[in-house]
Amino acid sequence: MDISLNKFLVAQKGFSLAADWTISDGITAIIGPSGGGKSTLLLAIAGFVEVSSGELLFDDRNMTDSAPEDRPVTLLFQENNLFPHLTVFQNTALGVRADLKLSKADTERVTETLESVGLANMNDRHPSELSGGQRQRVALARAVLRDRPVLMLDEPFAALGPALRHEMLDLVARIQQQQSSTVLLVTHNPDDAMRIAERTVLVADGVAAESMPTANLLDNPPATLIEYLGNKKGPE
Amino acid sequence: MKRSLLTAALVTLCGAAWAEAPTLTVYTYDSFVSDWGPGPAIEAAFEESCDCDLVFVGAGDGAALLARMKLEGARTKADVVLGLDTSLIENAKATGLFAEHGIQPSGLSLPVTWDDSVFLPYDWGYFSFVYDKTRLSDAPDSFAALLESDVNIIIQDPRSSTPGLGLLLWVKAVYGSDAQTVWEALSPQIITVTKGWSEAYGMFLEGESDMVLSYTTSPAYHLIAEGDDTKAAAIFDEGHYMQIEVAAKVAGTDQEVLADAFLEFMLSETFQAILPTTNWMYPAVTPSGGLPDGFDTYSTQHALLIPAANVEAVRKEALAEWLSALSR
Amino acid sequence: MAVRAKSINPVVIFGGSAALLFVALLTVGPLIALWMRADVSTRLSGSNWSAIRFTVFQATLSAIISISLAIPVARALARRQFRGRALLLTLLGAPFLLPVIVAVFGLLAVWGRSGFVSQLLIASGGERISIYGLTGVLLAHVFFNLPLVARLILQGWGQIPAEHFRLAAQLGMRPADVFRRLEWPMLRGILPGAFLLVFLLCTTSFAVALALGGGPKATTIELAIYQALRFEFDLGKAALLGLVQFSICAIVAFWSLRAAVNANFGGGLSGAVKHWDASSQVLLWQDRLVLLGVSAFLGAPLVAILIRGVPSLGNLPVTVWPAAVNSVLIALSSAALSVFLALSLAAMIDLLKSRDSRLSSTVEGFGMLTLAASPFVLGTGLFIVIHPVADPFALALPITALVNAAISLPLTLRALLPALQRQRLVYGKLADSLGMSSWVRFRVAIWPEIRRPLGFSTGLAAALSMGDLGVITLFAPPNVETLPLVMYRLMGAYRIEDAASVGLVLVSLTLTMFWIFDRGGRLGHQS
Repeated sequence: MDISLNKFLVAQKGFSLAADWTISDGITAIIGPSGGGKSTLLLAIAGFVEVSSGELLFDDRNMTDSAPEDRPVTLLFQENNLFPHLTVFQNTALGVRADLKLSKADTERVTETLESVGLANMNDRHPSELSGGQRQRVALARAVLRDRPVLMLDEPFAALGPALRHEMLDLVARIQQQQSSTVLLVTHNPDDAMRIAERTVLVADGVAAESMPTANLLDNPPATLIEYLGNKKGPE
Repeated sequence: MKRSLLTAALVTLCGAAWAEAPTLTVYTYDSFVSDWGPGPAIEAAFEESCDCDLVFVGAGDGAALLARMKLEGARTKADVVLGLDTSLIENAKATGLFAEHGIQPSGLSLPVTWDDSVFLPYDWGYFSFVYDKTRLSDAPDSFAALLESDVNIIIQDPRSSTPGLGLLLWVKAVYGSDAQTVWEALSPQIITVTKGWSEAYGMFLEGESDMVLSYTTSPAYHLIAEGDDTKAAAIFDEGHYMQIEVAAKVAGTDQEVLADAFLEFMLSETFQAILPTTNWMYPAVTPSGGLPDGFDTYSTQHALLIPAANVEAVRKEALAEWLSALSR
Repeated sequence: MAVRAKSINPVVIFGGSAALLFVALLTVGPLIALWMRADVSTRLSGSNWSAIRFTVFQATLSAIISISLAIPVARALARRQFRGRALLLTLLGAPFLLPVIVAVFGLLAVWGRSGFVSQLLIASGGERISIYGLTGVLLAHVFFNLPLVARLILQGWGQIPAEHFRLAAQLGMRPADVFRRLEWPMLRGILPGAFLLVFLLCTTSFAVALALGGGPKATTIELAIYQALRFEFDLGKAALLGLVQFSICAIVAFWSLRAAVNANFGGGLSGAVKHWDASSQVLLWQDRLVLLGVSAFLGAPLVAILIRGVPSLGNLPVTVWPAAVNSVLIALSSAALSVFLALSLAAMIDLLKSRDSRLSSTVEGFGMLTLAASPFVLGTGLFIVIHPVADPFALALPITALVNAAISLPLTLRALLPALQRQRLVYGKLADSLGMSSWVRFRVAIWPEIRRPLGFSTGLAAALSMGDLGVITLFAPPNVETLPLVMYRLMGAYRIEDAASVGLVLVSLTLTMFWIFDRGGRLGHQS
């Protein structure tokens, strides 16, 4: 699915973010200094932050003012993606029906999806009994079940170690392929972008630039990115 | 210059130390010591002649005052206790904390004779229901009429208030063994029962009830202090229960002479003349100038008073009846 | 399970234990003192038992009604941004802080037989209403406690991570689902504590039950204690009744603290959060109605107090000002002490929680119980203890501050404990992993999290102390007055109008003090 931002502007007290471009299927990384507006961009696309001017189109449908639930979007947060008093199964099943009234087939589907993300036999656990990586797997399983054309992730694996992070990124890549969705991944790690994102959007100084092939961007970083990367040329 | 200053300071200091006047501590109820009560004027008047420091200590109301004395026992700082009333006298005597006064009071203007050897009266009043003439045109003229009317009243709780206890004894004095029936009949006309006089009187002034239990002297306050003649006391044919406020010397006082002098002073013209327009009660000795305007309107009634020795027994019985009648 | 590397901080344990000992001395100590002085063994009479029944009945009912009404109010405040929201939040602080007698007259001006509502009814051909009896008692208790509970619950709403509301919006949860999945779990954590608080406050309520109760049917244990101490001088009975009151409160305290499921929310973004589930017009109007209703219910008596007090402001007695200074001094010191005690206890409760949750709840329960102590028993007990060794008059102000601190402790503890616990959930591991020293940790992690509830509770404690008449009457030396005392003395001298003005001064000072602290806690706090 294409996401188009036309003369798109989010303005808040002492902060603004402008964008004017389109991205398509595949994985796009979003990178840039913290406080630059990466999260705000995702929140605005998901419908949690009001757009001040311009348009937001999914394929050709204008959804600038649509309610969050009507948008073809699933957004994963860095944390608090799960309700603490619901079990793993219930948290996942919310992706099928928000009122948790499940048919037998639904129940099976939820269990299968949990198995597919590597969480077999954990149905009855509560989030507090899971590791950080496992929690994000539950959230991903729910995203798979929701099956929306757009999946956005806001630094979802920032708290994980490198090996686990790579594993999770690969899981995201696999999900993208299965569902041929449009994935937006906010990360502060160029390594992540290199690993799974063909293209990357740089967000800095109040502007989300048009996406570029990730390798090109990181090989010839603009000044703002150099500053952020700490004068390192390219990924480590 | 410096030297003379120093001398002056020293002289002042020594002077203060030498002139350290003896202190007479008088325990009384709160409203007596307040700026609007008789306390300040009496303190000034007594100190003029006694070469002493008179200190009033406010301790709640009359009943709280007695409880305070019991709590402190023989170690109390009080030299005189002023503000108990006839319903508390027996109870107070039983503590053994009070000494005989040895004074033959003369010229008392109480409606009853006084022969108590420990307590001396300083003022008195009649309990009565007070109403606003602009709101209630036809006030009942007896308990019987009150019971037949649909006039509503606010009273005080006999367990926490002096007027409340006064009404309890009043009904008992009038109706005797029928008291409980009377309370049952009166119950629907009682809007509410408050902790103390202030709440009840305040509610009445706010228009919450037709009448409130207070004193026959209450209208005089409004007349004299506010120039408002709309308040009146409902005079009952059956008579009015009395409250006589009394004082006594504390047995363990170390200021015996001053305490005696204070009790003498209490019945003097100076002291008595201060009372009406500060304590809003009838003075125990009518001052030579007579009573202020508005005071004599209700001052002669058929007086009811249960003998002090019987009060405790009557109170227990009456309270049980009251509770049972009003709890239905 | 990860092994906790944190060691028990001896300072926390020492401070907490000292605070606990102090609380125990103030609550159980006076009972013992009374008992020792009592010379006869007494038994409870029939009317004592009916007082006990009525006390439990009205306190339970008051708590249930206050809470049921506070939930929609808190929810509306949590999900609506509007002009005047800050003002309404301040208004929510007001009723609880009013001296009882001032509030009663405010309520009567609206609900009394000649009050606003009755006038309206008569004008429209109806009959005047009479609230005396259980209705009046409940009305006043709801007036006092609804706003307090609403503010407590509002804090709970703030604890739900913003992500959860976004998640709910994205998943298309209906309002009912949001209530079941997000809000109810939070409420289950908060409501038992809130219930306990209101129950305790209403149990010891005395003046309200008497003024509006309509008669001896509505007698509370507190009145029975007052009667025993004042009229009958039956110290044994007073102690016995105090013990009964204490036991009832203790049972309710431990029951409700056990029922409080610790709502283990992760730390989310702080600040106001939009609730997408509530965007329908029906819900918008429902919230507006709720907020309008509560503003009128709380605001009208306040306006009445203002109108009553203003005319006589010009001829205030001069004694008002030294009395005001005394009141403010007592309030400030008792608030400081109360907050200090609450922090000491909260730190210990928090520390114990991870090791022995039952012990932790017990300590928390004790911290709440000072509210169950009868001020009369407390005052008399202290007097008995102090009188033989020192001059009670000389100690009047410190003792009043001390007792007031003890009485407001449950409230400050209630407000500070969740913040301290949240702080540890959010930053605890991080701080541990960074090896932060206690001071750095306090500055970086604890202070930002607790400054808001700290401001709120300091204001609350100060304000409560301002309106309190309780102990000062027993200890007040000649010539030392507090504002409530001046007010009562004025009322006792027929000067109801002047008393209303002093009441207004008292209310204004109280609210200002609360506002300054509450505001100070929020100052510089992002969004």
